[in-house]
Amino acid sequence: MTLTISQTAGARAADPFASVDALVEGLASVGYIASRRIATALYMAANLQKPILVEGSAGVGKTELALSTARLIAKPLIRMQCYEGLDESKALYEWKYGKQLLYTQILKDRMGEQLSDAPTMDAAMDRLHGMGDLFFSEPFLEPRPLLRALREDDGCVLLIDEIDKSDEAFEAFLLEVLSAYQVSIPELGVMVAKTPPLVFLTSNNVRDLGDALKRRCLHLHIPLPDAALEQRIVATRVPGIDADLTEQLVAFVQNLRTIDLRKPPSISETVDWARALVLLHAGSLDPVMVRDTLNVILKFEQDVAAVEPQIVELMARR
Amino acid sequence: MQETLEQFVRALRAADVRVSPAEAIDAAKAARAVGYADRALFKDALCATLAKSADEVVRFDQTFETFFRRDPFSLLEPEGDPGPDGEDRDAAEASGAAASELAQALLRGDSVTLAQAMEQAGERAQVSEIRLSTQRSRLTRRLLEEMGIGEIERIIANARRLPNGEGLGDRLDRGRRALMAEAQAYVERQHELYASGSGRQLREEMLAKKALNADGGIDPVDLAVMQALVKKMAKRLADRYSRRRHKANRGHLDVRKTLRKSMAHDGIPFEIAWKIKKVDKPSIVAICDVSKSVAAAAQFLLTFLYSLNEVVDRLDAFAFSGRMICVNDILDDNGVEGAIFKVLSTIGFQQTDYGRSLQDFAEQHLDRLDRHTTVIFLGDGRSNFADPRLDIMHMIQQRSRAVIWLNPEPESYWGQGDSVMHRYERFTHVAKHCNTLGQLERIIEDVLRTYSAH
Repeated sequence: MTLTISQTAGARAADPFASVDALVEGLASVGYIASRRIATALYMAANLQKPILVEGSAGVGKTELALSTARLIAKPLIRMQCYEGLDESKALYEWKYGKQLLYTQILKDRMGEQLSDAPTMDAAMDRLHGMGDLFFSEPFLEPRPLLRALREDDGCVLLIDEIDKSDEAFEAFLLEVLSAYQVSIPELGVMVAKTPPLVFLTSNNVRDLGDALKRRCLHLHIPLPDAALEQRIVATRVPGIDADLTEQLVAFVQNLRTIDLRKPPSISETVDWARALVLLHAGSLDPVMVRDTLNVILKFEQDVAAVEPQIVELMARR
Repeated sequence: MQETLEQFVRALRAADVRVSPAEAIDAAKAARAVGYADRALFKDALCATLAKSADEVVRFDQTFETFFRRDPFSLLEPEGDPGPDGEDRDAAEASGAAASELAQALLRGDSVTLAQAMEQAGERAQVSEIRLSTQRSRLTRRLLEEMGIGEIERIIANARRLPNGEGLGDRLDRGRRALMAEAQAYVERQHELYASGSGRQLREEMLAKKALNADGGIDPVDLAVMQALVKKMAKRLADRYSRRRHKANRGHLDVRKTLRKSMAHDGIPFEIAWKIKKVDKPSIVAICDVSKSVAAAAQFLLTFLYSLNEVVDRLDAFAFSGRMICVNDILDDNGVEGAIFKVLSTIGFQQTDYGRSLQDFAEQHLDRLDRHTTVIFLGDGRSNFADPRLDIMHMIQQRSRAVIWLNPEPESYWGQGDSVMHRYERFTHVAKHCNTLGQLERIIEDVLRTYSAH
């Protein structure tokens, strides 16, 4: 008895969802530097058991947040990438049609035997009814990400990536899963999650999501970080980077974002760039180095062309 | 606190943040989970449950700051030491100031008590029901009355009549004036919270119905609102129609494909093929008149074109007055104001020549038309008595899927003066009078819908 109490007490002390501060620390320990707003949203999601809709431009760490959370609470991450034309059979479950067919082919003779000594047609039908359900049972069920997440009895992190790329119909279908953490499979009945998964939905804002979906989710918008936060992120993500270099490159990237570019660099680009510079053994930024590695942070030819003549000026600006 | 949250939700709705009852319940749960002690935490928690898009977050922040802002009362500090002064105390007793809580609070300069009293009075006076800016002074008065300003005024009058009450009266009077200023600020804040947003909504509704070519054009004050409105409309349309390329149609077996695939398995259909319906994405050619006669409307037609260009993949935009040019690049490369200015300065405000412009189109851009294209003309069909080149119009009609003509002039004007609208009309599938943003949105929506209807 005492043992169990001390165990739960120990677990509670380590519980990353105890408070927002604990969550910020916990995320930092798995390499994700979260702002208070991010941590609060996550804290609320865990406490209110609601899915969390993460928006923000590409590369600000939306997917990374889900990955880090999974690492933090040491639960499996189940990821579902959305795309146009995604439907139930790819998201929820599918009957293993091939296997069903194969089994019926193999068992054809067996079934013939079984049925041959049935005296009447009705009796044969009855026997057939008994066999029919065999082929629509769990062994023939191919669970897809959503069903897998609901069947994780110890809970898991479910990441529904780029939900804005899916169709409206699919969005509507998600509503049941997200609000009640259950799905209905006609042949098997309703499946309810024993432990509701922690659900992340990410969106790049390709299209506006429906109100019904938004209403069921908490909303988190991750903006581009300020210089101080970005420096911390770079320092955490790229171990062994020089502090001066971090400061310089973050200042440069921050300046870049003030220019009108097709795709301003986001955090992932900054981190990539920092990695590239460390690989090149750069101790500090110099214009030649920047020009050579500009393609790491800028992904459009026009952007590179627009920035190149301004490199020196951008580096001088603080 | 429950009530405060409800009020806050109302303020949010007024600020055009849509909050459903379910979300309000979530917010209450969230507030209970995080507590009220940490302001930043409280704000973030509410934000996550209530604001559901990036610009709603901005509006949420503003509303939160206004709603939960309570400036400390800037009352005059009580000079000297009013308490022990024997004369003063007598005066206070005699005038009734000693018995009045409000007067005491004023004399002490007790801002906390006063602020609380004002909140309560504000509830009784229903200041938060404010709708119009003209209600401000009346509500301020009601608020002050609820707080007991009448009593204070009586006490001041009493004190002034007493031989030794002059000092007390003056001090109370100063307090009274400070209180009135505070009350005004309070009502102002409530107005900002609950009423300013609804005013904007009303204006947007009106603007959507306002004639684009009205005399004097659009009020410069409304320009920004209007442009935002146009953008919103275009985005809404594009959201609904730009993304349906495949409609997976499960449930309909593609028998031919399935049989063909089953050949490899000795006729046993291991792989099943389903029919998939393809839905065309809209392909639009928009041709916009930017000449003098439609100058007022041209700006908004261009804004609409611009917004549509941002969201519809296959849109070719042309502008003409004397000649016709393709404005795709201009729309792509510039911001909305820059693009409109550039188009207008390149080609705008010249004498209209429909024939010449159509010829330009036929010579250079006819290959843009195919049987999937919808052509939208935005213009008044006034060709300054030049040859309207109906033959080209006929050709355009033949080559494209549909030709739609939107005319800012009412139908009764068509065919009058130099208008050749009736002659062009024969070569269009739809010719409509389109004079307001609301109409424009509806017509474009009809165009887009024909693509997904079947």
